[in-house]
Amino acid sequence: MNNDTLIPLIGVVTDIRQDTPDVKTFRVNAIEGGKVFEHMPGQCAMLSIPGVGEGMFSITSSPTNKEFMEFSIKKCGCLTTWLHAMDVGQQITIRGPYGNYFPVETDLKGKDLLFIAGGIGLAPLRSVINYVRDNRANYGDVQIIYGSRSKDDLVDYQEIIDEWQADPNIKVNLTIDREQEGWDGHVGFVPNYVKELNPSTNKTVLVCGPPIMIKFTLAGLKELGFTETQVYTTMELRMKCGVGKCGRCNIGNKYVCKDGPVFRFDQLGELPDEY
Amino acid sequence: MLKISADKLNSLFDAISAKQTLYITVDNEKGSAEYKKYESGMTLSKSLNTVRSAKDFFFPQTENLADFKVEGKNIEVIDVREESEDFVVFGVRACDARSFTILDKVFLSEPVDSYYKNRREHSTIITMACTKPAETCFCTAFGMDPTVPEGDVAVFSDGENYFFLERTEKGKKFIASISDMLEDGDTAKLNEVQEKARNIMKKLPLANLSTKSFGGERLMKHFNSEKWAELSESCLGCGTCTFVCPTCQCYDIRDFNTGHGIKRFRCWDSCMYSDFTKMAHGNSRNSQLERFRQRFMHKLVYFPANNNGEFGCVGCGRCLSKCPVSMNIVKVMKALEDKE
Repeated sequence: MNNDTLIPLIGVVTDIRQDTPDVKTFRVNAIEGGKVFEHMPGQCAMLSIPGVGEGMFSITSSPTNKEFMEFSIKKCGCLTTWLHAMDVGQQITIRGPYGNYFPVETDLKGKDLLFIAGGIGLAPLRSVINYVRDNRANYGDVQIIYGSRSKDDLVDYQEIIDEWQADPNIKVNLTIDREQEGWDGHVGFVPNYVKELNPSTNKTVLVCGPPIMIKFTLAGLKELGFTETQVYTTMELRMKCGVGKCGRCNIGNKYVCKDGPVFRFDQLGELPDEY
Repeated sequence: MLKISADKLNSLFDAISAKQTLYITVDNEKGSAEYKKYESGMTLSKSLNTVRSAKDFFFPQTENLADFKVEGKNIEVIDVREESEDFVVFGVRACDARSFTILDKVFLSEPVDSYYKNRREHSTIITMACTKPAETCFCTAFGMDPTVPEGDVAVFSDGENYFFLERTEKGKKFIASISDMLEDGDTAKLNEVQEKARNIMKKLPLANLSTKSFGGERLMKHFNSEKWAELSESCLGCGTCTFVCPTCQCYDIRDFNTGHGIKRFRCWDSCMYSDFTKMAHGNSRNSQLERFRQRFMHKLVYFPANNNGEFGCVGCGRCLSKCPVSMNIVKVMKALEDKE
């Protein structure tokens, strides 16, 4: 019988990084080394600990990374608590890649890009950011606005400081919600910070974060003169199959696992508000 | 048309079941019909339809997808799939036969579901033409003629004989395999029976149910209708409608630790259930109104939007007779239809 997408492959956790108090980034390799499969920025994979459950996670590493895949996972439910309890060397099951991806090879090419992320919302965008960095000539200006509750909650802080901020071709603006000792950067919520920074409206925007942050950010962008066709986001709903059959992530006639997770806001506007 | 006389039907069942597994509709001790593996002596049910739909043959209520052996940090994935045996299902009604083509659009679209496909490929579907449709029937609203059902072979009864009509290549082979038991028959009386059935259908209470107000282009209009509040008010969220529905195919995937290994199962699920979309961070359909709306929107609007206008309902009427609060798709259609 042919392979079935519901029968998973095996991945090995080869490195675990404690990013924030409740986010860990897991490096995953195939048993024989290398990646379990290739993907595009924004695509997802189903990870599972057999006996515990299976869940859909965005692949946070860039496809230009040829050695391994990474997943930044926030501890917030049953499966993620188990994932957080893993040690290096633990095997997990993995299947994918699922869904569409940010149009890095088409619509985003040649554009000035503005990434706006809140909290764990950086995870799917990090894949795109590093993809863009590795193909820098194909894109215009790159600006990243990223905020979290506190300095400790900024995911991938070390990479942001060491690599992104050090990159002269990228502008990085960080913010945290409240004043904190040892933080001399901006303080305030992401949507307000975006308005303060007043980015030029010729940029294409990729936004991801908590639903409330996305909502206010989009409203702020519109006030600044951006249109919905310029703004992309990536969605998260409960999923079981990953291929548009189990019915769970259905919004209108779309399935987030298959037709998404990446949507442009004008496309979302045509769908029921069930997300 | 080739036929067999009614008194020889059981000898035909014996002959078929000697070669491959045969399922027929039989009446259980409570008097309701269900599919059973044929054993000599069983008689074909006279009921109009089975309580449960025929989708179980291809999409069973639970099935084992894979097994896992976990040792220390290592996991072994065990492919438990086996080639299905060849089997024949006898007595499927037009509505359920149509439901298979709807399920095909889900499970056989890329990436193909190998579990479903395997059973589909090994099946031969023998449908049975309806002669006495019930008051809950409305398959004609979805363009079916229950007096000439789809399937691999369609069987017609005139009371004294069963006539066999090939509908597919597979059906042609099947008839060839039993042709020594069949003889040429006169269909004059059969035509009368069919005509009578068509006349009954025209007078059924739901004969004039119309689908013209539905389809993909009405997506936001119907979604935003104010009628959903009243329609969904009495819904208990029991999921009975989804379980008896021949086209409902939402599923769950869960693991079960046997103590000797882990078994991963696929089970029927229902969009009517409160935890269907529940995540650690919240629920995208919090109220029963939203969940109720999802089920009917999917059948009447979302499915046709993705499948060239084909609806996700076959008018079998099971939800009409089984809903504990007498809510059903017909009431939804009547409430939402354009009134001009």
